[in-house]
Amino acid sequence: MTTLRVAIVDDHAMFRTGVRAEIDGPVDIVAEAEDVDSAVKVIAETTPDVVLLDVHMPGGGGLEVIRRLHLRHPDTKFLALSVSDAAEDVIGIIRAGARGYVTKNISGPELLDAINRVAQGDAVFSPRLAGFVLDAFAGTIEVAQVDEEIDRLTEREREVMRLIARGYAYKEVAKELFISIKTVETHVSSVLRKLQLSSRHELTRWANDRRLI
Amino acid sequence: MGGVATGVAEHFGIPVLYVRLAFIVGTWFHGMGVIAYLLLWRFLPLRQPDLSPGLESATRRGLRTSGRPGAFEVFQTVALGAVGVGVMFMIQASGRGIAGSLFAPLLIGVIGLAVIWRQFDDAAWGRWMRQTKGFGFAMRVAAGAVLVASAGIYFLSQERGWSAIVDLASAVAVAGLGLLLILGPWITKLLGDLSEERRERVRSQERADVAAHLHDSVLQTLALLQKNAGDSAVVATLARRQERELRAWLYGNDEKPGDSLVAALRASAADVEDAHRVPVEVIAVGDAALDPDVAALAKAAREAMINAAKHAQVDRIDVYAETDGRTVEVFVRDRGVGFDTDSIAEDRMGVRGSIIGRVERHGGTVTIRSSPGEGTEVALSVPVRTGDQAPPEPATERVPTEEVSP
Repeated sequence: MTTLRVAIVDDHAMFRTGVRAEIDGPVDIVAEAEDVDSAVKVIAETTPDVVLLDVHMPGGGGLEVIRRLHLRHPDTKFLALSVSDAAEDVIGIIRAGARGYVTKNISGPELLDAINRVAQGDAVFSPRLAGFVLDAFAGTIEVAQVDEEIDRLTEREREVMRLIARGYAYKEVAKELFISIKTVETHVSSVLRKLQLSSRHELTRWANDRRLI
Repeated sequence: MGGVATGVAEHFGIPVLYVRLAFIVGTWFHGMGVIAYLLLWRFLPLRQPDLSPGLESATRRGLRTSGRPGAFEVFQTVALGAVGVGVMFMIQASGRGIAGSLFAPLLIGVIGLAVIWRQFDDAAWGRWMRQTKGFGFAMRVAAGAVLVASAGIYFLSQERGWSAIVDLASAVAVAGLGLLLILGPWITKLLGDLSEERRERVRSQERADVAAHLHDSVLQTLALLQKNAGDSAVVATLARRQERELRAWLYGNDEKPGDSLVAALRASAADVEDAHRVPVEVIAVGDAALDPDVAALAKAAREAMINAAKHAQVDRIDVYAETDGRTVEVFVRDRGVGFDTDSIAEDRMGVRGSIIGRVERHGGTVTIRSSPGEGTEVALSVPVRTGDQAPPEPATERVPTEEVSP
């Protein structure tokens, strides 16, 4: 497997340096940027495999970067990195197209693992994101009232989300539910897709309550 | 219907009923009530929720993306416009409307004004402040002005038949109304700015107080960090505590431990972090009021956290709380050394008494799963007491299920 090419987009130089020190080597860091405009520019030039994207940034935040690049560079995957735990920002950036969300206190090996996962097209859910997702899809709705499969989580997906929120790694989730890691990945990707595409009333309202969309 | 009456009533400090009556009475005069309602619905600013200081400043500095007018908004505008025009034509058709010679110019004038008004929509205002010289802005104001002017000219050229005095009076009235409509947004904006500024001043004073306090605490922590630079555990704990404090202030998690289950769990997590230097991550879906049952659950969860911090030898504890309205569940998990669950009866009386016993007295269940080397997870759950229903039966013959993962 060729070395993954990664870009770091964050307005704190110290944080960029720290991340570079931790993951440079196993992955190839091809670009750094500190605001939306420069990020859009260098990502368009270097077309990295994975972009580590800060949520809050000058020029409109990570959301704006994804908005401007997602259609033109569908092969570039975005992984959101943030200290902000505000639900609306996290869900917002996922709905814009990021493949995952991790907090900045993540360890180096865990971050590398997350980058690899995202590069392979899988989704990366931290416990916190899993909590937000369960919150967003919370509330029981009658099965008969659901028009779209996309508007609710299956029982299995909900179980997977709950275990992730409880601090289980994918491997541990797989063991707990007697399924393969691949199946866990499939469930998580499916949840990500629903989160991005669902127009479920509750989800929309939940998002609106937090001034999103 | 659209919250208009409530908003207006709130603005003037009068009962909402009066406003509704005014709209209804207004409808008798050429449907003005309906039209006014629709216009207000479209143009009244939406209430701006107060964000926490951190988010507010991030928004101010453009670090976040604020909402854009979506397709829904455009659709809503068009729909409201269509209804407005429909109502107008209906009134015209019923013959009680404005005289034909006035109607057409008035319509053009109103459309022109609407174009200008659109500039002062709340979202547009921010953009406008920054790019006053924008070509688009000039074009749209010009288009609006031309429409208004052509309405006036048309009106003047059509002037005949009516008595001169009535014409003059209505012309002046129309002009005055037009002027008011054009200047209206500015005037209201000015008034709004004034009160906003007053609020801002109070807020900034509060913020200065908190900032002073925070700076003290951050500086203290930094000083301590320098002193303890050799001891990585102390450094990590200090950094973690400071992070929590800042986060609570910036992102508004400043609830008190007695408020709710989640607040109690967060407070316990903070205490455990400080006392045992192990980070505790609390994730919650939903929240529950701290009634006696839930309080017992929170206390048991606290004991579980302390146990994990003391014995598991880990660098991280995960706490997950969830409620679906019928039961409240809390999971405390570590990836530590674990223990043999068979042995808890003998040498872990703390677990029996303070965790299992406490929860079961409140009708709940406790499941402890652990095995040496595999880590431990304590699952706690109590049923939610709804309304004035009698407290659940004291725990019957229920024995805690203690399973050992393979």
